[in-house]
Amino acid sequence: MSAEAHSVVAPSTGWRRFAAVVVIAYALAMLVPLGWIFITGFKSPNDAIAYPPKVFFEPSLEGYVNVFTTRTRQSQEYMDSLPPPETWYDELVRSRNMVIAGPSRFGQRFMNSLIVGFGATFLTVFLGTLAAYAFSRFKVPLKDDLLFFILSTRMMPPIAVAIPIFLMYRTLGLNDTHLGLILLYTAVNLSLAVWLLKGFMDEIPREYEEAALIDGYTRLQAFRKVVLPQAMTGIAATAIFCLIFSWNEYAFALLLTSGQAQTAPPFIPTIIGEGGLDWPAVAAGATLFMIPVLVFTVLLRKHLLRGITFGAVRK
Amino acid sequence: MAGPSVADRIADRAAAATPMTVVRTVRGLTDRAIAWIFVAPTIFLLLAINIFPLIWTINLSFTNYRANRLTRPAEYIGLRNYERLLTDPDIWHNMQVTAHFVLWTLFFQVVIGFALAWLINRQFKGHGFWTTIIVLPMMLSPAVVGNFWTFLYQPQIGLFNYVISFFTGVDPSSFDMIGSVALAPWSIVIVDTWMWTPFVMLICLAGLRSIPESIYEAAEIDRASPWRQFWTITVPMVLPFLMLAVLFRGIENFKMFDLVVELTSGGPGSVTELASINLKREAFEKWRTGYASAYAIILFVTVFGLANIYVKALNKVKER
Repeated sequence: MSAEAHSVVAPSTGWRRFAAVVVIAYALAMLVPLGWIFITGFKSPNDAIAYPPKVFFEPSLEGYVNVFTTRTRQSQEYMDSLPPPETWYDELVRSRNMVIAGPSRFGQRFMNSLIVGFGATFLTVFLGTLAAYAFSRFKVPLKDDLLFFILSTRMMPPIAVAIPIFLMYRTLGLNDTHLGLILLYTAVNLSLAVWLLKGFMDEIPREYEEAALIDGYTRLQAFRKVVLPQAMTGIAATAIFCLIFSWNEYAFALLLTSGQAQTAPPFIPTIIGEGGLDWPAVAAGATLFMIPVLVFTVLLRKHLLRGITFGAVRK
Repeated sequence: MAGPSVADRIADRAAAATPMTVVRTVRGLTDRAIAWIFVAPTIFLLLAINIFPLIWTINLSFTNYRANRLTRPAEYIGLRNYERLLTDPDIWHNMQVTAHFVLWTLFFQVVIGFALAWLINRQFKGHGFWTTIIVLPMMLSPAVVGNFWTFLYQPQIGLFNYVISFFTGVDPSSFDMIGSVALAPWSIVIVDTWMWTPFVMLICLAGLRSIPESIYEAAEIDRASPWRQFWTITVPMVLPFLMLAVLFRGIENFKMFDLVVELTSGGPGSVTELASINLKREAFEKWRTGYASAYAIILFVTVFGLANIYVKALNKVKER
């Protein structure tokens, strides 16, 4: 180890450079599959299945058009009898001897993901904040068992949970409804949210509230005007975690929803074109679905560790 | 002890002089009432959607109920479901497949994750940015990831096969990661490792950063070699963190469903049929609800038992 570094334990420049090279090489290599999804979305179906795989190609929006539309193949005479195409996407589809028959179900599935994701997140954060405050400030039974409880609910495979939920929802008429999925995701995320939020609230000094109480605030006012503003960062981070988890969830959505309330994850793999999978359309759908998560991950990076370990590691 | 500020002292005195319960009932709800009102909805939802279904599953596991036959009432058949499950060789096959998946993914993720964390902790310029880049895959939807890797794994046209053939010279159409019995178990290990190594890395990084520099300085003064410092300081101090990462990944991968279903759907044959995938077939394709409930309980008890033993070991390591 070098002696010229100001601290005896600081890594030498050589080590640092070596570390940088290896880590950056690893990061870039691991990005390749993601980059490949992204560029495949802009390929024509033939370019997508070319050998050797094409890195340079003429970009096309066909995948994006295909993921949002259903198309029917028509005879040449019919195509000739049509008036000239009105829009660029009409033209693109017609160049494949097809006409647009209508919108696909992707938009609706995406919408369902938004409704369920935001619905569940709102409910989780609302209930979670209240419960976390109580757990953080008052003596509540079961307080010490909470982390253990969170862990044990996560030990059940989702399929195992889905069996009784399926039967329960069938009786209640909640199968294939937004509400059913929202309630389930709320319950699944709630224990995590309470634990995370409790951690954030424990970090807010009690003295602030005590001072507010002395000033004549009621408990509820102190909670609303003193604790909530202080906890806002933590609440936002927790909300983003809940949103990502609900957004990505697959097993419950697959088993408990079908036509009406199905979210995007079980739907994307079923985007099938003529003659096998329409890879650019699948890639386009996957890209649109993943972009919000990537943006949120970058926003969350400071709290990431805490969220994924359910608050067990706080950094 | 430094003296408390004047405001604090006044607050303390005021607080001590007034009986708490009186103050707070006068000014709105009591703390006790607030605590209950705040916690009740959460407890209710958890009871309704976590605890009640668990009890129902236990109950169902003693019956021969089939959820697709609404008219036929369930009959209690005692422990017969459990008996059949524990003597069924197919279940042991699924357990072995699951064990292969869990052990190898843990192995690769721990080795690569720890190495990466150690390198990132050299604090080169821009390490924060690259850490964020590396972390991206684990936040994605596993089902969508699994689906897209089937494209990368295509023989001939797939990017994965192309890269392998580029570096080794093997014909890219000569092997099929998903279709071949020998390779399919590794195809799921590769994708899971790609996706979740960052998780282990992040936790290890937190562990490395928790080690105070003064320990290394002391070791340096004692002229301990870097190698010795690594094994006597770094590894033992990071171990509790690493074990926590293994616990989380172990539980997650034991119940793995979405990624693998979309990637191989358990095939070819049943060489990648993990316990969860098998359970889904029993419960939602064959509709043997009672039998599947018993299966679910066995899986739950297995994870629960293993996790408990593991947490005891973890606590011992922490105490050292």
